[in-house]
Amino acid sequence: MVAGVAAVGAGIPPIEALAMSVVIFAGASQLAAAELIGRNAPAVVVVFTVFVINLRMVMYSASIAPYFARQSAKWKGFLSYLLTDQAYAVSLLKFERNGDVSRRWYYLGIAVPLWVVWQIATVAGIALGSGVPDGWHLDFAVPLVFLAVLIPAVTDRATVAAAVVGGTVAIVANGLPYNLGLITAAVVGIATGLLVEEVA
Amino acid sequence: MPGTDYGPVTLWAIIVVAGVATYALRLSFIALFGRLDDVPEGVERALRFVPAAVLAALVAPDLVYVEGSMSLPPANPRLLAAAVAAAVAWRTEDIAATLAAGMVALWALFFVIP
Repeated sequence: MVAGVAAVGAGIPPIEALAMSVVIFAGASQLAAAELIGRNAPAVVVVFTVFVINLRMVMYSASIAPYFARQSAKWKGFLSYLLTDQAYAVSLLKFERNGDVSRRWYYLGIAVPLWVVWQIATVAGIALGSGVPDGWHLDFAVPLVFLAVLIPAVTDRATVAAAVVGGTVAIVANGLPYNLGLITAAVVGIATGLLVEEVA
Repeated sequence: MPGTDYGPVTLWAIIVVAGVATYALRLSFIALFGRLDDVPEGVERALRFVPAAVLAALVAPDLVYVEGSMSLPPANPRLLAAAVAAAVAWRTEDIAATLAAGMVALWALFFVIP
């Protein structure tokens, strides 16, 4: 829902806002894209930012791939589209513990409802969009959602370092031309994490 | 938030290219399995830090900048409300609870500090 509100708030028309949600279907990256589009960042920066935020999908793809090895190419294509943080986390846990379960249907049982709820919520957000009074500070919901996903991702010293440095660089680099601050901060943060892991 | 100047063509181009790129990331190893079994170790180590670095970089500026200029508590209570939300996220690991706690904290702080 927050993604819908954010998209409309950035001046994206309802149809395009819904298309973002269906075509990209990755919440954090949609929020970041909406924010950058609202600030008229260059299209290349918007696309690259979405790419960087969604890089974690490669990790999920690699880790769930063995369980989908026997699916046909068509099914692989469809199952991939539905891959999200939640569908991955819940399904992988099940696959690791229970070898008998029908993987395709178990995964779809998690992923399809997530997709449906996500799209309905986006439509609700788009409809609500401009109707929310500024006094509610609903724009604050965007960093809160990021924060809710960030905290569980910080699990050890190296990830703490990546987060602290990433956040700090983002604040300092906020004025960089072409809104390149986020990408710069992400790269420096990842490098810091690697460095800390190396030293520790 | 200011409205975008982008027309429909640019917006659709962004949506399609970003969508295809995201789909390629999702499909990557599921499609390649058998031909390329594992993520190269260096890549895997770097990917581990993507969520922490990227999400922190997304959150931090939103907490300290208001309409393009830096603003800290007490004038801007967002940092304090975010601290409350972070504590809730730490305890519950629940997005809805974190969202609710942060919003209520922000409203309360705006109520206390007019």
